[in-house]
Amino acid sequence: MRIIELKETVTASNDRDAEVLRGELKAKGTLLVNLMASPGAGKTTLLERIIRDMDSDVDAVRIEKLGAKAVQAHTGGMCHMDAGMTRTALDELGADHFDLVVLENVGNLICPAEFDTGAQKRVMLLSVPEGDDKPLKYPLMFSVSDVLILTKTDVAPYFDFDFDACKRRARQLNPRIEIFEVSAKTGAGFDAWEEWLARAILENKGN
Amino acid sequence: MHEMGIILHLAKSLEEEARAQDIQKILRVTLQVGEVSGIMTDYFTDCWNYFRKRHPVLSTAELELETIPAVTFCSNCEKTYPTVQYGRECPYCHSGETWLLRGNECIIKEIEVE
Repeated sequence: MRIIELKETVTASNDRDAEVLRGELKAKGTLLVNLMASPGAGKTTLLERIIRDMDSDVDAVRIEKLGAKAVQAHTGGMCHMDAGMTRTALDELGADHFDLVVLENVGNLICPAEFDTGAQKRVMLLSVPEGDDKPLKYPLMFSVSDVLILTKTDVAPYFDFDFDACKRRARQLNPRIEIFEVSAKTGAGFDAWEEWLARAILENKGN
Repeated sequence: MHEMGIILHLAKSLEEEARAQDIQKILRVTLQVGEVSGIMTDYFTDCWNYFRKRHPVLSTAELELETIPAVTFCSNCEKTYPTVQYGRECPYCHSGETWLLRGNECIIKEIEVE
């Protein structure tokens, strides 16, 4: 009988898988964005909008009209996607020639924040009806995200959502977080966010 | 909150370790779990006992949990305080500019093997 000291975090093997995947994607020039939010915050609606906009606006992005290629990833009942599941989904997609792949994660503000999927960028959504206190309740999600998109801004007049307080709370957790305000219904705010996305795609290709 | 997911990753890490070191049976796994890691220890142990049966190398492994106390640092008065007792607001100067120093970890400390 002997004791082996390991002293590594439980997610260490996933972190290693994620790092390998990130390297492979970078070599292919594919930007993988991990999109995270609560159920109903507008992940799919946001994607529909950017697929429509970027097809006509950004030459570098090869998205075929609204018929962008998609696969349904399966987590086997898990509350989050990990690097292994992401690799399986990418293999199914055949992602050798994509500039941008978006992983629409499980609707949940807790578990997806803990697991590295191998994505180069993490983008989270927070919709106005959810409330400006969410950075206080789910700090890890705001800490690990590169971008926070405040969605459904068109309904702001009907809610007491304090944009300044929300941004202050998010920046306190993560001073580097980039914040955009959008409405997929009216299209407001999409220019700035899509410009960020287009830049991220180009930067990922080393330009 | 996501105990089963963490158990899956724990099992994967341990199986990799067992393969690398040619271990047949793990008898005990000691985990260090932070007080504010969000892991419910009772539920976590239940998940482990359910899950380990599916893996030959883990089936005999008892789970032992050690708690890491959560400590928060106040960047205003530069003091530290116990997170669970006082939460986000510094008990000394009442500032909200506080940061978790430790307490959200989940670390595999050691394993006992045959």
